Amino acid sequence: MSVNLASARLWRGFPQAILACFAVVAVAFMLPSDGYYLNILMQAVTYAIAVSGLVVVLGYCGQISIAQAAFFGLGAYGVAIGMVDYHLGFFPAWLCGIGAAGLLGLLLGLGSLRLGGHYLAMVTISFQQILTLFLTNWLEFTHGPDGIRDIPRPRLGPISFEGGHAFLALCLVTLVIVTLAVWRLKTGRLGRAMQAVRDNELAAGTCGINVFATKVIAFGLSAVLGGIGGGLFAGGFQYISPDQFSFGESIVLLTMALLGGVQSPFGSLVGTMLLIILPEWLRFLKQVYLAVYGASVILIMVFLPDGLWGLMLERVRKRAKPILGDVAKLPLLTQTGQESAEFVLVIDGLAKHFGGLKALDGISLAVRKGSVHALIGPNGSGKSTFINVITGLYKPTAGKVTFAGRDITHAPPHERNRAGLARTFQNIRVFRGMTVLENIMVGAERPGNDIAENPALVVERALAALDFVGLRGDAHRDVGALSYGHQRYVEIARALAATPQTLLLDEPAAGLNLTEKHELGELLRRLKGHGLTILIIDHDMKLVEQVADHITVLNFGKRIADGSPRDVLNHPDVIAAYLGEPQEEAGAAS
Amino acid sequence: MAIFLQLLFTGLGIGAIYALVALGFVLLIRAASVVNFAQGQFAMVGAYMLVICFNVLGLPYLLSMAISIVLMAVFGVIFAGATYWPLRHRGGLPVIISTIGASIFLENIVLFLYGPSPEVLPGLFDSPGIQVGQVFMDSQYLSILVAAALLVILQYFIFEKTLLGKKLQATSQDKEMASLLGIPVAAMILFTFSYSAMLGGIAGMLVAPVLFVSVGMGGLIALKAFAANIIGGYGSIPGAILGGLALGVAETMGAAYISVPYKDAFAFAMLLMFLMVRPQGLFGEKISEKA
Repeated sequence: MSVNLASARLWRGFPQAILACFAVVAVAFMLPSDGYYLNILMQAVTYAIAVSGLVVVLGYCGQISIAQAAFFGLGAYGVAIGMVDYHLGFFPAWLCGIGAAGLLGLLLGLGSLRLGGHYLAMVTISFQQILTLFLTNWLEFTHGPDGIRDIPRPRLGPISFEGGHAFLALCLVTLVIVTLAVWRLKTGRLGRAMQAVRDNELAAGTCGINVFATKVIAFGLSAVLGGIGGGLFAGGFQYISPDQFSFGESIVLLTMALLGGVQSPFGSLVGTMLLIILPEWLRFLKQVYLAVYGASVILIMVFLPDGLWGLMLERVRKRAKPILGDVAKLPLLTQTGQESAEFVLVIDGLAKHFGGLKALDGISLAVRKGSVHALIGPNGSGKSTFINVITGLYKPTAGKVTFAGRDITHAPPHERNRAGLARTFQNIRVFRGMTVLENIMVGAERPGNDIAENPALVVERALAALDFVGLRGDAHRDVGALSYGHQRYVEIARALAATPQTLLLDEPAAGLNLTEKHELGELLRRLKGHGLTILIIDHDMKLVEQVADHITVLNFGKRIADGSPRDVLNHPDVIAAYLGEPQEEAGAAS
Repeated sequence: MAIFLQLLFTGLGIGAIYALVALGFVLLIRAASVVNFAQGQFAMVGAYMLVICFNVLGLPYLLSMAISIVLMAVFGVIFAGATYWPLRHRGGLPVIISTIGASIFLENIVLFLYGPSPEVLPGLFDSPGIQVGQVFMDSQYLSILVAAALLVILQYFIFEKTLLGKKLQATSQDKEMASLLGIPVAAMILFTFSYSAMLGGIAGMLVAPVLFVSVGMGGLIALKAFAANIIGGYGSIPGAILGGLALGVAETMGAAYISVPYKDAFAFAMLLMFLMVRPQGLFGEKISEKA
């Protein structure tokens, strides 16, 4: 199965794209020579390329960019200045424009994407304004507000793109290629990483995704796509001026993406075509058209969150076929291993203070390789803080964390995951915009996993993980449609698909009902004996007793007991921590 | 030195405007986790309300201001109802986008109703200003500074000394807990929108005599208010005030000593510099998501 699956995926969309290329070229040459139609189409097609950039950055990666017209303008000015002032050919000049857009995009992204999404929004608005200032005021370089006219069109060997039809054909073929690439991106490894970042940055990081780099790449790609569209725009209209790349145009591009549906390049295509053609029909709106755009942005957000394309898809949605056939079991399950004397995770004097609150106050703990180690303690004892520090979500105030012989105290979350540390979350963190299978593929694809480089094997591994937790039948459902308990299984499967060396479970039984808790206990027992190290945090004593080889008890950020389950659960301090201490209370009362 | 002091005064005056808008911005971030991209348009709408009351209807100046401020309070609630309320359970991104839509809508609907030609408003006082040593203090800039200071003090009292303020703070810290304690969270959030619109509107009315009243006046102010927020520390109230003032001074100095056409680029340059070097800003607590 895997071979067929792989080759089918490798060329997916290519035949259709080649057909589409022939079709659009034929259509381009059959159009009437009337400049009006050519211009409208030229505008729609070049805009659509830029809008597909918004699909990548906003739709896939969830980052708001409001400078797409600026990147579009950089591409256009690259072609115009390069050809008119520096007498470059069209294609080199185009590359310069695309390069400028990409480079500035990367710089802006590097500066702002470490922080939340609204930073990028604001930085891109600023960038948009500044660029307009430069285009208008830097007369020697940009020709100022008058713009640049008489931009030539290219000739490539024997093929001339100087005629309107031929140039339109070039634009259309570029659009087909861009659309194919953006569409394929979504179901590829990088696209899945982007969507994971969009849906849950923290979880994405703990699945081995470098969140910051992924966001920068998404934004850089969108800038490049803006540049590609802009270069063609300059060639198409042969005249450009700063007002064509203003803030208002960025909003128009954003509206196009949102209206059509920002989750798919086809959606953005629909949105672009509509908004280019509609104003032509609704000429009476000219006075207020931007007001209408503004209002429609709000209305779309409220009533059409997935855009027109999303609406259409919902109508025609086919039930995805289940993937049948046996797949190789998780490698973990085929191996056996027992607890060894070796320590895999060593925590030394770990402290985490939030202001004056000492959530962790110098905790030392060593987890034996292949053991199931439970960390328990009353509410507020620091258990979740502990796991968050171990997985790199919080920076420790003091102390050292060593994993598999390596000091990871200061490593970012994705590097810890790549080193073999996987986790689940107390308050479930699945990627809600994706299917169950895609969620688990994100786990399986962590860099360094044995099968990460082979898309077909990634699918197999994800299916194997689903088999293990018993959710194979739900593979193609949206993960949000699953019950709470099953979403927790998705998290566990996602972690297991990454072939971790150590699995951290943060209160896996929280929020589960009795039956589900029982099932969870069964599942954890099936994980035992295969050499996987598990560190489990929970309140549920029954669960912990069933599975744990060792128990450590925390209270008020300190370790109060450590040892075998029987010893620890009978330890007077532990009983006092859980049930209170009668003498002390009596003493306090008197 | 005289010129420097003069620029400092002007810079602080314009910075106070940024600070007021930034303040409205921060309050919404804290109360409703809303990043409101139409904050600058609040200033624009406020200024146009004053134009209508004073220039068109011919009401007395202070009465016009009072009416406009009340109208802004109502406007804030309507704004919340349109852009925030329907999307409040869908996370930050949709609300951000819808406020962007609202900013475009407001600018262009005013453009449609009022036309592109800028309006002129007289200052609050007839006297041009007073000479203090080597610095000439323009009366409108003085009014801006005094009004901004009064507003900041007033806000401090509301937030720190009244029950309403406590409820607002509780809402901004933990909505669920606040509602369990019987605080009407929805009303608190609407109040914040209303108050934030008033702040923005007042900023617009104060700055109107200095700049012209035009459709585009809000966009630039908002950009700088946001930059002020980041420079001061995202989500920090003293940061918003200090960041706004600092930005106003830097920009005025930059225009005088470096370049006039690129005056508006200085805010951006400062913003980028802070993002690179000190993203948590002057006062910032870094706001990170709870795991």
